Amino acid sequence: MLIKEVTALFKKELILEWRQKYALNGILLYVVSTVFISYLSFKSIDEITWNALYWIIMLFSAVNAVAKSFIQESSGRQLYYYTLASPEAIILSKMLYNTLLMLVLATLGYTVYSLVLGNPVGDQGLFIVNMLLGAVGFSACLTMVSAIASKAGNNATLMAILSFPVIIPILLMVIRVSKNAMDGIDRDLSMDKLLTLIAINAIVSVVSFMLFPYLWRS
Amino acid sequence: MLKHWWKILTIALLIFTLIGGLLFDVPRLAILNETIRALHFHVTMWFAMILLLLVAAIYSIKYLKSGNIKHDDIAVEFTNTALVMGMLGIFTGMIWAKFTWGDYWNGDPKQNASAIGILMYFAYIILRNSLEDRQQRARIGAVYNIFAFAALIPLLFVLPRLTDSLHPGNGGNPGFNAYDLDSKLRLVFYPAIIGWTLLGVWMSTLKIRLRVVQRKVEDRKFA
Repeated sequence: MLIKEVTALFKKELILEWRQKYALNGILLYVVSTVFISYLSFKSIDEITWNALYWIIMLFSAVNAVAKSFIQESSGRQLYYYTLASPEAIILSKMLYNTLLMLVLATLGYTVYSLVLGNPVGDQGLFIVNMLLGAVGFSACLTMVSAIASKAGNNATLMAILSFPVIIPILLMVIRVSKNAMDGIDRDLSMDKLLTLIAINAIVSVVSFMLFPYLWRS
Repeated sequence: MLKHWWKILTIALLIFTLIGGLLFDVPRLAILNETIRALHFHVTMWFAMILLLLVAAIYSIKYLKSGNIKHDDIAVEFTNTALVMGMLGIFTGMIWAKFTWGDYWNGDPKQNASAIGILMYFAYIILRNSLEDRQQRARIGAVYNIFAFAALIPLLFVLPRLTDSLHPGNGGNPGFNAYDLDSKLRLVFYPAIIGWTLLGVWMSTLKIRLRVVQRKVEDRKFA
């Protein structure tokens, strides 16, 4: 039952995004422009900066991309969903959709970023796995925060101050694993960090999943 | 009088902490020397903060279950007091860091993590103030409080352990095991934790009572 609801809502998100292409295109352009601005400001950068800058660009793109997940629909329509679907299905579908969106953003960002600023990554496989985990973590955390911010008049400042401190553990782990991937060191050495990242993702996702019904009701 | 025994205990414990913490003999450890006395203030205040935040998180869960506004009062005031304790903990830690590490801010993982934790709870206060409706404020505040506490745990207890910290007990620095052997330090350390925590509880209960009174006055105005 839950799975059916989640797939239906997930499809709805996709169709909605496809019909309002400007929002998607807007955020894609946002990523490309930010990367290009960084390139023009930095010209050439060392490896540590490369890594940190990439994830900071991803963080800001993610905040901007996910912030709209609860405002783009009017409160009337949200009431309609409320009568149709369980809150668990709604948060899960939003998280899944935002993970997908984050992956698209991260891949696009990575491509453009490597193109203009060079690609010093030694272990592509690990980098991509890390990107996937980062996308899941960012999306779980930001989806919940955007739900909270949407209840509170939804201003951009609130979205930023609520999400940044909460997302920092995920961001730090992702940056560390990504540094390991760049150096191309033995994967065994990154395993404990990856596991910690998975554990933090799990905590954030489960807490969001459990708390969202209370938020949705109000 | 019987009702207030724990307040008397708080005062007694804190006086003991001040006198004992500043005057008792302490073990001589390399680098730390006399600054080891910060243990009774900095570390214990952080313990108190975490305990108070735990109470706040528990009452947030209770609020979501019951919808009783009194639980929300408890959660928010315990968070406020915990923030005061946390700020004091950071400042005392900074003074200590100046004398042992040479600088007020050294970019130590634990130092950074605690600053982020404080930011998280400041965001909580701002979130609450941005909401007008009482029940909605309580509900959304409770949700964020639990969310923040869930993020605080890996931040304070998992992440700093993954890298070398300058803190005693990490990265080859003389640590807690050295303290544990010394019963003189423990003699002040444990009472200090209880003392600061009780002080926090006391401050919170006063603020909670004030909040209840304020709400009654407000309700009467509109009734």
